Amino acid sequence: MLRLLNIEIHKLKHNRASRVLVFIYFVLLTSIALIAAIKFDIGPVKFHLADQGIFNFPYIWHFNTYIASILKFFLLLVIVSMMANEYSNKTLKQNLIDGLSKKEFVLSKFYTVILLALISAVFVFFVSMILGYSYSDFTELSIVTTDLEYLVAFFVKLVAFFSFGLFLGILVKRSAFAVGAMLVWAMIEGFAKGMLYWKFEENVANVMQFFPLEAMSNLIKEPFTRLGAVKTVAKQVGEDLSKDFSVQPKDIIIVLIWTAIFIYASYVLLKKRDL
Amino acid sequence: METILSLKNLHKKFGAIHAVNDLSFDIKKGNVYGILGPNGSGKSTTLGIILNVVNKTSGNFSWYDGNLTTHQALKKVGAIIERPNFYPYMTAIQNLELVCKIKGVPFTKIEEKLKTVNLYERRNSKFSTYSLGMKQRLAIASALLNDPEILILDEPTNGLDPQGIHEIRVLIKEIAQTGTTILLASHLLDEVEKVCSHVVVIREGIKLYSGTVDEMVASHGLFELKVDAGSEKLIELLTKFEGIASIKTEDDKLIATLNKPLSASEINSYLFQNGIVLSHLVKRKPSLEQQFLTLTNKN
Repeated sequence: MLRLLNIEIHKLKHNRASRVLVFIYFVLLTSIALIAAIKFDIGPVKFHLADQGIFNFPYIWHFNTYIASILKFFLLLVIVSMMANEYSNKTLKQNLIDGLSKKEFVLSKFYTVILLALISAVFVFFVSMILGYSYSDFTELSIVTTDLEYLVAFFVKLVAFFSFGLFLGILVKRSAFAVGAMLVWAMIEGFAKGMLYWKFEENVANVMQFFPLEAMSNLIKEPFTRLGAVKTVAKQVGEDLSKDFSVQPKDIIIVLIWTAIFIYASYVLLKKRDL
Repeated sequence: METILSLKNLHKKFGAIHAVNDLSFDIKKGNVYGILGPNGSGKSTTLGIILNVVNKTSGNFSWYDGNLTTHQALKKVGAIIERPNFYPYMTAIQNLELVCKIKGVPFTKIEEKLKTVNLYERRNSKFSTYSLGMKQRLAIASALLNDPEILILDEPTNGLDPQGIHEIRVLIKEIAQTGTTILLASHLLDEVEKVCSHVVVIREGIKLYSGTVDEMVASHGLFELKVDAGSEKLIELLTKFEGIASIKTEDDKLIATLNKPLSASEINSYLFQNGIVLSHLVKRKPSLEQQFLTLTNKN
């Protein structure tokens, strides 16, 4: 496993485009901290976002993983291009001739995906800890360690999303088209969702939860309406925003199954193809 | 002699195209093999199959009498195919380090192999800056990294200038002298004739000949004859003569192919006794090129 990871890291670290994208990604992750700097100070109206409770433990886990997962597109570009470039440089063929089996090839990519997701999760953990301890109203250990499952969900979400990218990279062999295919698929899911709402109106979520992108976005639900300030406003206008924001094991299982499907399908595709 | 690779009734179909058709041959240790065939005859496909990048339709191939799986065997193989494929953004050294990681060999050989192919001075240049000849030489260096027992080369001189072709050939001969088994696919006949000891000729995926280069070239030879007048009578006399397999006219000369050993003086005195005076008589051995064309033009 380490050998395969080592091979893949060797390919990535010498590629300037990948290095730059990974660097930007982590800079952007760090920049979550900049949200703390949002401050309005217009005469009597004083607004400091960091004081609104978004960095309170345990809410910060939810908020930061949600924001961080928006940035996953940067890494998607790295993943898709590391796969598609193997086709365009024909190095996939050379790798296989040099003695890498097709299974090892897919695994080396998958291990890299896991590694990148893991580094992201650890990174978000540290950024959140620092922000939390700077701004949170509660820093008792029991509160800090509550809701850490959001980090697990974040990790699973990234692995699944990148595996999808990996699969599309192998399927269409061109990075630009693979990213395009991902967008097309997102549109298909959106269209399916719309059609279902139109035709059946109810129970749509029960069906939609099985679609890959929908399942991934279900893992971490939007955190905004959970915020105390927003809730207060909503209550005043008579809306009840109470819903279950927690990470559902069922969602995790669906996403893990999709990950397995994507990786296995990548392998089958590669095995069947003549290079 | 140890059999390194053996192909049995191998078939490959791409839709309606039968690229490899019932191909069988063995590769024995220590020989230099040439796979000879026109463009599109299935040479690269065959190599692709044994290297596990093309899936066979039916038939079998086995490495080391089936004692090793293809995956294990490939670690003992060095191969280059059609065009040199490396990561354009990496330098020669970085690319070779990657190959070492894949093959599971230490980095220590890199310097030596780069020197073998004369690329040591350019070791820190990016692959994308290399000329085709340099890329091809890097590919050979990469194939040699694991000191392979068998080296597989697919059209190694394709697209190179005469000097590049010469360099690669010298390199191949040097490698062959170290006792490395070589399997060389080419459509260039003099290349195979100069480098190989054995040859497999294929056309449209069908094996036409397999054996040593000497046997293929060795026939009883042929005569070139010319008379100033009366070539009809010459043809008639030659047809009656035992030992002559066929006669054909080429420009103003007659070419008589032999099916048993015959000396020039024998045929000359026979014709002279029958009243024919030749103005030209040469005994020749056919070149590989002629043999190859004879083989591939049949049917």
